[in-house]
Amino acid sequence: MSQELLATFTEVLTEEFGVPAEDIAADATFEALGLDSLDVVELTLVLEEKTGVKLEDEELEDVRTVQDAMDKVAEKQA
Amino acid sequence: MTEVVVTGLGILSPAGRGVEEAWAGVLSGRTAAAPDPQLEEMGTPVTISCRVPEFDADAELGRGAKRRLDRFTHLALIAAREAIAQAGLAEDGEEAITEVDADRTGVLLGSGIGGAETWEDEYPRYLDKGPGRVSPMFVPKMLSNTAAGTIAIRTHARGPNMTVNTACAAGASALHLGRDLLRAGAADVVLAGGVEAGVTGLSVSAFAQMGALTKNPDAATASRPFDVGRDGFVIGEAAGVLVLETAEHAAARGATPLAVLAGAGASADAHHATAPPEDGGGAILALRRAVEDAGLPPERIGHHNAHGTSTPLNDAAEARALRAVFGDHTDDLVVSSTKGVTGHTLGAAGAIEAIFAIQALREGLVPPTANLVEQDPEIDLDVVTGAPREVSLEAVLSASMGFGGQNAALVFTPA
Repeated sequence: MSQELLATFTEVLTEEFGVPAEDIAADATFEALGLDSLDVVELTLVLEEKTGVKLEDEELEDVRTVQDAMDKVAEKQA
Repeated sequence: MTEVVVTGLGILSPAGRGVEEAWAGVLSGRTAAAPDPQLEEMGTPVTISCRVPEFDADAELGRGAKRRLDRFTHLALIAAREAIAQAGLAEDGEEAITEVDADRTGVLLGSGIGGAETWEDEYPRYLDKGPGRVSPMFVPKMLSNTAAGTIAIRTHARGPNMTVNTACAAGASALHLGRDLLRAGAADVVLAGGVEAGVTGLSVSAFAQMGALTKNPDAATASRPFDVGRDGFVIGEAAGVLVLETAEHAAARGATPLAVLAGAGASADAHHATAPPEDGGGAILALRRAVEDAGLPPERIGHHNAHGTSTPLNDAAEARALRAVFGDHTDDLVVSSTKGVTGHTLGAAGAIEAIFAIQALREGLVPPTANLVEQDPEIDLDVVTGAPREVSLEAVLSASMGFGGQNAALVFTPA
């Protein structure tokens, strides 16, 4: 599941946000990947289409890394 | 009165990218109007336009520029970079303003529509996918002040930062107000100009529906200011940015002034939402105010870069306004409309035409009006056709009239 989610995140981050694939890792912060808070909200919209899970604003408050976001998505998928 | 000079020019226009190329394009008298594949695909009522030369926003302006910034902001950034470089406000190849006090560097842009493309892309998403899918980027991309704001973010210019809208006069109004910020002592340097990227399906359809666009399907002859066969404008996109600073500030830092922004005038027609009064109405006031503000006898103005949109109403009213202001001297005024080449770039027009007027002043060369074959007998003006005309110039004028009846005029004199 985690690998599958990471693949989805990688696809979205590279294709929609132009992040170089080699920069993407579970422990990378969105800030380090060049995404600000508006980008992260945009990311949740794309992820909703891909995974069916929508992360709400309040759920994003403590999301810093790709892993944080994947954990939230996985939690809601379960 | 504080003298304000121009020390940098930047332009991205259908006539070309960069001052040298755009000026050569205008002097060539070859129209930039062309069939527009995007409009053809959308099936808009008119499918010709004047586009700027192609560029890759992400490659030039950094990753994410396409996704995060509307096209009108792309155009403004590219024009601003050129102007900043020429004025020497930044180190070579750098965007950040370090060679003058960035805290006292202002930005004053004009735009008629702002992020038109962003509106048109986002609204169907809202309708199709629902309010929950509206992009958080929509507001910062679309707001018409975003181009000016983004210039500040990139250049660190922290002086007054504003956007003015007088529709098709916005570029000239921004230069007027930018100059006044300097006169008021609110800034040392102002990046002032206009930008528009309104060649979009909805906007082109709407301008066509109101009868403003030419129905001439032949792009080569469609934009024909002052010609008896003109029947509307060709829509264009562009950005023009000028670096303005007080003469004192320019001299103190050893910057080369290119021209003096000697006069500016503004007015309203108080007449109709889109049509000018036949007698030239408010345009007369704007032109007269600009000449008076420059403190020049009207006879000193040798060239007029006309608003000259190629619509039947504008061109005739503008001719009458010039006659009302200049009387017999109108016969000695060498007139040109560069819109035959560039089309009508709406909120950018006043800024790019100020650049062309400055080039004419500096080179003593008035560009021809493209596609002017048979001058409308109602238009009693000396309009240059065919090839550029050599004229020794002491002062030049440029006018812009916006829907809403808002008029602006600028006078430039040699530095």
